[in-house]
Amino acid sequence: MKKCTYSLLMLLGFALTFMGCGEQSKSSNGALTSNAAEKVYVAPGEHDEFYAFLSGGFSGQLSVYGLPSGRLLKIIPVFSQDAEKAWGYNEETKPMLNTSHGFVPWDDAHHPDISQTNGELDGRWVFINGNNTPRIAKIDLSVFETTEIIEIPNSAGNHSSAFVTENTEYVVAGTRFSVPVPQRDMPIAEYKGNFKGALTFISVDPEDGGMDIKFQLMMPGFDYDLSHPGRGKSHGWFFFTTYNTEEASSLLEVNASQNDKDFIAAVNWKKIEEYVNNGGGTKMPANYAHNVYDEETHTATSTMKKEVLVVNPTEVPGAVFFLPTPKSPHGCDVDPTGQYIIGNGKLSADLTVHSFDKMIAAIEGKKFDGEAYGIPILKFEDVLAGQVKSGGLGPLHTEFDGEGNAYTSFFISSEVVKWKLGTWEVVDRQPCYYSVGHLMIPGGNSRKPFGKYVVAMNKITKDRYLPTGPEVTQSAQLYDISGEKMELLLDFPTVGEPHYAAGIAADIVKERSKKIFELKDNKHKYGIQSDSDVRVERNGKEVHVYMSMIRSHFNPDNIEGIKVGDKVYFHVTNLEQDYDVPHGISIIGANTSELLIMPGQTETFVWEPKQPGVWPFYCTDFCSALHQEMQGYVRVSPANSNIDLKWSLGE
Amino acid sequence: MKKSRLTMVLAALLPLFLFLFPLWKITLEAPQYPTPLGMYIYINDFADANPHDIKNINLMNHYVGMKYIPDAIPEFKIFPIVIIITTIIGLVVAAKGNHKWYLYWFIMMLLVSTAGLIDFYIWEYEYGHDLDPRAIMKFTNPDGSVMGFQPPFFGSKDILNFRAHSYPQLGAYFLAIGIALGYVAYYVGKKEKQTVKTSS
Repeated sequence: MKKCTYSLLMLLGFALTFMGCGEQSKSSNGALTSNAAEKVYVAPGEHDEFYAFLSGGFSGQLSVYGLPSGRLLKIIPVFSQDAEKAWGYNEETKPMLNTSHGFVPWDDAHHPDISQTNGELDGRWVFINGNNTPRIAKIDLSVFETTEIIEIPNSAGNHSSAFVTENTEYVVAGTRFSVPVPQRDMPIAEYKGNFKGALTFISVDPEDGGMDIKFQLMMPGFDYDLSHPGRGKSHGWFFFTTYNTEEASSLLEVNASQNDKDFIAAVNWKKIEEYVNNGGGTKMPANYAHNVYDEETHTATSTMKKEVLVVNPTEVPGAVFFLPTPKSPHGCDVDPTGQYIIGNGKLSADLTVHSFDKMIAAIEGKKFDGEAYGIPILKFEDVLAGQVKSGGLGPLHTEFDGEGNAYTSFFISSEVVKWKLGTWEVVDRQPCYYSVGHLMIPGGNSRKPFGKYVVAMNKITKDRYLPTGPEVTQSAQLYDISGEKMELLLDFPTVGEPHYAAGIAADIVKERSKKIFELKDNKHKYGIQSDSDVRVERNGKEVHVYMSMIRSHFNPDNIEGIKVGDKVYFHVTNLEQDYDVPHGISIIGANTSELLIMPGQTETFVWEPKQPGVWPFYCTDFCSALHQEMQGYVRVSPANSNIDLKWSLGE
Repeated sequence: MKKSRLTMVLAALLPLFLFLFPLWKITLEAPQYPTPLGMYIYINDFADANPHDIKNINLMNHYVGMKYIPDAIPEFKIFPIVIIITTIIGLVVAAKGNHKWYLYWFIMMLLVSTAGLIDFYIWEYEYGHDLDPRAIMKFTNPDGSVMGFQPPFFGSKDILNFRAHSYPQLGAYFLAIGIALGYVAYYVGKKEKQTVKTSS
């Protein structure tokens, strides 16, 4: 036994250097069967079968791919400024990136999850977490744009997030780092017992998706890593993996890996919800931003909220339990029936699977193995359903095909392993190139997965693509899982680091996709409905230009009477009402982004002319046969001149 | 009631469906319009086949100097009145019960419809030929004359990058059936009279 452990550690040490992965590739490249290309070929004019939403990690964005082709369809800016769409540059979207720390135009986007109804994907919204400055964003899939961002107070490293319950009652935001709550100046060495881990439950309005923090569960100061909602019989529960149950604050790679078992925290949110609805919990002062983008005004507003409802888990007996799980578990996954809770111990070779029924029986029988900060710890053996003895290393994340099979990514041994729920036997394994992190089966986090493909998101590509200097592309790989054996079909580059993904059948989403914004519904404060509303107004040193655009001109296209030192607001309305006819605009010296304005939409950018002269502006999106003619001039006079405002078109 | 009179009542009433259903439709197909642009012509209005189609047809057409399709044309006032009057006349004729008058109504309707079609053709011709001399793009026919962009009167034809279709719609069919029934009423009425004669 001892020998076995020793050799395992040797192997682990070796694999951690990632050297092992390179050798695998040489032997397995030829495994591609000849018809793989046919299986991913989507003919010109044809649509892909699935949408895949891949997080951009450090790019702060969410990218949209078609599967099986792996074609990139769109990059949706979420937590990062994006010049392509003026996201975070124009006046309308700047408030979206407001936080209690001010304007934070970047974040680390991790885990997208698609909204559900009755445990099945409904394709209305995608939620995704900002890890660094804790935030949750909501992307509306009728427009594929971020329409709401809520900041999470008392939280740090918003990692076990953003997963939704089976009717999208809640999206969770579990803190990765425990921190002093409320934040204060104190010695770091006094972490243990003093820091807290907030698990935040954000309610989602079933009609418009509006988010609001319902309550924060103030847990012991562990690190909360990933989470998944229960479903079916376990609906009403939420499961969070933990690490650093040692509560170390320094050299965590050693100090947080001492306990043989960490926990999965099982939270009965329905019980807590009931407690809160009956007046339970404590209102605590807080300061966090709630940013909402309104589709009618085409404008975001940021509101600072000043209070949050906090719940101490010991005040709600029977609501929170710990399930011992080896060995610093990362992924926390619940199978489509809701029976099995899989803890992927990332420093382990085996997978630990807990049984929901056994958990309930153990709770009812009060079979506790002590407690941690007043929260009962269940006995490992009492809740264990089984273990997958895989021989792989570093299980990270498990998804399901809906036919009784599970697929687990193994980071260290760089592979996807298919195994059977209930018997725990390994059915198949396929190598990844290289070091797979998470994986995704469309609908994998629902009661009804579309078990046709699995996408592996890899951390390293090395020799897989043409080299591009020290930085090479990140990538994903697509496997066909419709047969007994998995088959590698395709690898495709990704934008940013693909941390996690969610996928859905295209048919559910594409019928709801908007083609234009109705001009008559445009309620933008500075929007215009027709050319008769076009004007330029001065208010002290502020000048407001109410401009329209349509193929192939701006109205007005000659503006005079602007002076150096003015702050010129261009409020530009696209009067088009035709699908796929946006126009763009920018002006020389503008130090924000150009605007790309969709039909029926109004956007605003600010220009502060520094020098007198006659300065051109032009359409930045090739819009028509006369796109090149779509241009105009602004005359800028010295600050002390007294030239009246004048504007015209075609004179 | 006699069959002929019943038929004549029906004949007089059917054109009223023009107030419910479109008379004509012009459709424009092009590669960059996977959903073709379309315009319905009602007896009293132009209407989009899909939201904003007329606006987008206007945007397209302005490149070659075509005028914007007007919100209203005088015909939209005249045609409804004409149809209401012919229906009233038809009902009066039916009340009178003389089959010869059915024939006169039928002939009158043929004349009215022909006048309508001629008017439609003239409008289309104007719309397709009265071009802004400052138009962005100018096209000539092989013989050197200025190219017109008149949609087909009936049927389909290619105009630059578009394939244009022009076909009658449900309202027109009701009108046509109504007119035809006028003749049927006359024919049946004549038969009925002969039968009465022979039997008496």
